Amino acid sequence: MSELMSDRAIDRSKMQVSDEVAIEITNMNKWYGSFHVLRDINLTVNQGERIVIAGPSGSGKSTLIRCLNALEEHQQGKIVVDGTELSNDLKNIDKIRSEVGMVFQHFNLFPHLTILENCTLAPIWVRKTPKKEAEERAMHFLEKVKIPEQAHKYPGMLSGGQQQRVAIARSLCMMPRIMLFDEPTSALDPEMIKEVLDTMIELAEEGMTMLCVTHEMGFARQVANRVIFMDAGQIVEQNEPEEFFNNPKSDRTKLFLSQILGH
Amino acid sequence: MSDTHAHSIAFVRDTEIPPSPPPAGETGAVKWLRENLFSNAVNSALTIASLLVIYILLSKTLPWLLNGVWTTNSLAECREVLQGKTGACFSVLTERWNQLLYGFKYPSDQYWRPNLALVLLLFAIAPVLFFDLPRKLLAFTAIYPFLAFWLIWGGTILAPIVALVGFAAGAFVFQTYGKSSFAVGFFGAIAAAFAVWIIGGMLIPDGASDNAMLQAVPSRDLGGFMLNLMLGVTCVSLSLPLGIALALGRQSDMPLIKWMCVVFIEFVRGVPLITLLFVASVMLAYFFPPESTVDLFLRVVIMITMFSAAYIAEVIRGGLAALPKGQYEAADSLGLDYPQAMRLIILPQALKISIPGIVNVAVGLFKDTTLVSVISMFDLVGMIRGPILASTEWNGVYWELLGFAALLFFVVCYGISQYSQWLERRLATDHR
Repeated sequence: MSELMSDRAIDRSKMQVSDEVAIEITNMNKWYGSFHVLRDINLTVNQGERIVIAGPSGSGKSTLIRCLNALEEHQQGKIVVDGTELSNDLKNIDKIRSEVGMVFQHFNLFPHLTILENCTLAPIWVRKTPKKEAEERAMHFLEKVKIPEQAHKYPGMLSGGQQQRVAIARSLCMMPRIMLFDEPTSALDPEMIKEVLDTMIELAEEGMTMLCVTHEMGFARQVANRVIFMDAGQIVEQNEPEEFFNNPKSDRTKLFLSQILGH
Repeated sequence: MSDTHAHSIAFVRDTEIPPSPPPAGETGAVKWLRENLFSNAVNSALTIASLLVIYILLSKTLPWLLNGVWTTNSLAECREVLQGKTGACFSVLTERWNQLLYGFKYPSDQYWRPNLALVLLLFAIAPVLFFDLPRKLLAFTAIYPFLAFWLIWGGTILAPIVALVGFAAGAFVFQTYGKSSFAVGFFGAIAAAFAVWIIGGMLIPDGASDNAMLQAVPSRDLGGFMLNLMLGVTCVSLSLPLGIALALGRQSDMPLIKWMCVVFIEFVRGVPLITLLFVASVMLAYFFPPESTVDLFLRVVIMITMFSAAYIAEVIRGGLAALPKGQYEAADSLGLDYPQAMRLIILPQALKISIPGIVNVAVGLFKDTTLVSVISMFDLVGMIRGPILASTEWNGVYWELLGFAALLFFVVCYGISQYSQWLERRLATDHR
């Protein structure tokens, strides 16, 4: 795994963790059939935190963040997102989903809509934003991810990196309080990884609360304020990035870090 | 050391070679013939054999077509005119033209009504088929079914107005209450529509149709190609939404809805259409209240619609299954609720994938409308097999009549096919 570092200085002035709790997970368990994927997860995320979740494949890290906006159902325990508890109540689920943005490994843009329509669809239909206002906001975020000139193209005409940046802009148009990233760079070429990571760094600089499943350890070092290491459905270790990388506590973490960084 | 050698292979072009025309035989018709028809011995033999077959076909059919007789009053007169020469007796088409198109009972002074309905149909479906047209035109599409009903069946104008008001009331109730709770809106809309229809039905006076502006024409007097078109258009436009509902129902998380849809689809698909039509003509009466006389046309429409909806549902299910799971997840993660996700994200893509299959079912359905001839409705084929071929004047004129029927159906089905290909090109946005 490469350790891509951003070549520019990171502005940390707005990267502040507040006392306000954004996400609280208590004793959460999840099974796929009889397979126990997530075991006794306890995690509190404050507003403004930038958390990187790392771990070997199959360790449940994607499942964990997919539980946070109810793309996966958890069977035991309690998840409170932005003050709303995730239950089977569809109203709560839709409320949480509109407050929590999600970026997927395979972008999942809507191929039958233009870039602009991709970005304005949810604000218009979920937030009932007037079309003109939604379009202005969409253009604002497309400019921020540096592809305003592609607004009237279809997703199929864009490169992978561009598509992922559109996916980020699409989530931002809903003005989310929390952003979830599920391996956002795993399906991209190295050159495109950088442009997507730069976009994510900018987002972090503005103080967005982010939970990011990624193998980009450079990003974790530079941006995260906490790294969580998962294995076999459990949180094995969590620490500040400096400590985590330089002084891992558990053997499992040491092994993982030696494999991912050791060459 | 290699100075001289290098000099001998170094080369700089100082003049450009002007383009010259290709050698004869490399352009135009000669080249095309050589490449496509006579590229080798087998190809040449096949070309010659094909030419022979085309010659034989044309030499037999062309005289038949060109010597055709158009103006006599019976097959016997045709034979007299032809005096033993080969020739078609197209007079049956001209003499029975109105019967072929409208059936033999539709009042002949009222033919303008179905004609007008057909012309208006083109205006009504245009905004549906070509979605670049202004959306306001859909208002006419919405009132067209009631207008067409009134034009073709005639009678009191109150009946279609009550029907229209019923639908409008249903739509209004759904708009008002559907937002807070889908179930309340849905069932409330159905209740409101039925309430309007029942009350409205009682308000229409008994003899209202006797002296109506348009003379009333009962369903059994409809016939000819008009009947095929009416059944085809009605059933396709009803079975598409029903098919979508069934396909979504089959994917539902709610077991009751899912199993109702599965049972319906599997049952209807497992039964031949012709048995369903017999059920419609003979047995369906048992399912309605004893005194009610549900119109035969309506019964047939119900059966054909059910049949093709089951097929369309399966085609659309294929389209839904072809969509990546990420599309559902992306729609969910943006906070779209189920109806929004389906309408805005899932169905536009699934239906696009399903276009060839849906068109296949629609073309098949349109041709299957000729099956109503076996339950003694006089559609185009029913007219040909019944009143026309059975008459003393035209007994034995098979080729001309059935060829004409084939031509009419081919024109419509080929049109549908061409439209669907245009639609696929128009919707191609994935650029892969």
